[in-house]
Amino acid sequence: MEYHLKLPAGKDEIKKLHAGDVLFVTGKIFTARDEAHSLMLKESKIPFNPSGMALFHCGPLMKKNGKKWKVVSAGPTTSSRMEIFEDKFIEKFGINIIIGKGGMGEKTKNALKKNTCVYTSFTGGAGVLAADKVEEVLDVYWLDELGMTEAVWLFKVKEFGPMVVAMDSHGKSLYKDQG
Amino acid sequence: MNIEQGIVELIRKAETELPKDVINALKKACKIEKGVAKTQIETILKNVDLAKKTQRPMCQDTGIQIFFVTVGVNFPYTNKLNDLIIAGVKRATKEIPLRPNTVDPFTGKNHKDNFGDHIPYIIWNFSSGSDANITALPKGSGSENMSKLGMLKPSVGIKGVKDFVLKEVINAGGNSCPPAVVGVGIGGGADIAMHLSKVALLRPIGNRNKDKKIALIEEELIKRINESGIGPMGLGGKTTVLDVHIEKAHRHPASLPVGISIQCWADRRAQMVIHKDGSWEVK
Repeated sequence: MEYHLKLPAGKDEIKKLHAGDVLFVTGKIFTARDEAHSLMLKESKIPFNPSGMALFHCGPLMKKNGKKWKVVSAGPTTSSRMEIFEDKFIEKFGINIIIGKGGMGEKTKNALKKNTCVYTSFTGGAGVLAADKVEEVLDVYWLDELGMTEAVWLFKVKEFGPMVVAMDSHGKSLYKDQG
Repeated sequence: MNIEQGIVELIRKAETELPKDVINALKKACKIEKGVAKTQIETILKNVDLAKKTQRPMCQDTGIQIFFVTVGVNFPYTNKLNDLIIAGVKRATKEIPLRPNTVDPFTGKNHKDNFGDHIPYIIWNFSSGSDANITALPKGSGSENMSKLGMLKPSVGIKGVKDFVLKEVINAGGNSCPPAVVGVGIGGGADIAMHLSKVALLRPIGNRNKDKKIALIEEELIKRINESGIGPMGLGGKTTVLDVHIEKAHRHPASLPVGISIQCWADRRAQMVIHKDGSWEVK
């Protein structure tokens, strides 16, 4: 099945998604890699509210034109690097859609089930296609501390996809060796 | 004559256009795949097309800049070439642009211009003549993180080598952005095997090792890895690798080193020749 979701997505909408389904999302998403995961888990207060946004494992290539940031290329990064943080991250920030590549482990799989969350795979390396689905760069956090790649970028996206639901909230996964 | 500009164009070509052999291999894979696997390859091909048309890096991970340079002994700019490559990388970072990918392992500081200790990584070779030939091989880390070195016991023989490659490529799963190209370096020492595994990646897809025995092993590994069903992006399918290339060195009697370098589907390679009058072409 193919689904087009407006974010924030409700619990019922997430439950409808099954491994193998194709997904497009419209709304707000934010990027976070290892360093951003670590920092956001440590901070008691963060400058934006991630709940209702999709979490995008991505270190984008950005360009500043005057005062405005533009996305040049922004495909997903390898999700397994975030495995050590993800269950706590999902819980703390109420994440219900993750966009990444390569799949995640057992701990995340359990957290997806427990928190009604899905892990979706955007085609790795398809950076230009992803960039063109970003309508606007809404904000960036921790750019000075973390740099372009590791910073948290807030994107407004339209019909971002196609993603494949690779690990659903019912415990099913398309990956062979990662659970 | 502006060799530095030539280096920028070389990097631009590598980052924005896939070599024809890779595109053809992806198109062939698209024909045999179905469902989710087909969607992945279709998305890749669309992305490749768009990157070329808009001259943007096809992947946001523009990689570590690696150059294989073969300098003719009568090439007049040998003493300047190292600095010209570095200057070209710094300019390409701003102009194309490239993602800043050089981080000091101790301080965590990003150099922001893709320059740093030993990076760009330049491998020097020499030949006769008065031209310099450069191949750019920007290497992303999703696939690079799946590299492996095995110091096998010689008694396991070539069967052991094949099993090791098979096991490690299957373990890499979707992490290396398959359909991938696998470079295998066998023999020498630890560093030689790893180096040869990178050299193996320079060979176009479909080109077999000249040694028939090794060519057969390459074909066997392609078949066995693809039978694993890992598929494009690890989501299941028939195409896990587009090719396997093996290079070998003679080994010490007591060791059997095997180096594995995996290249993602974005098998980015571009070539440049610089002539003795300073004129250049990027191919």
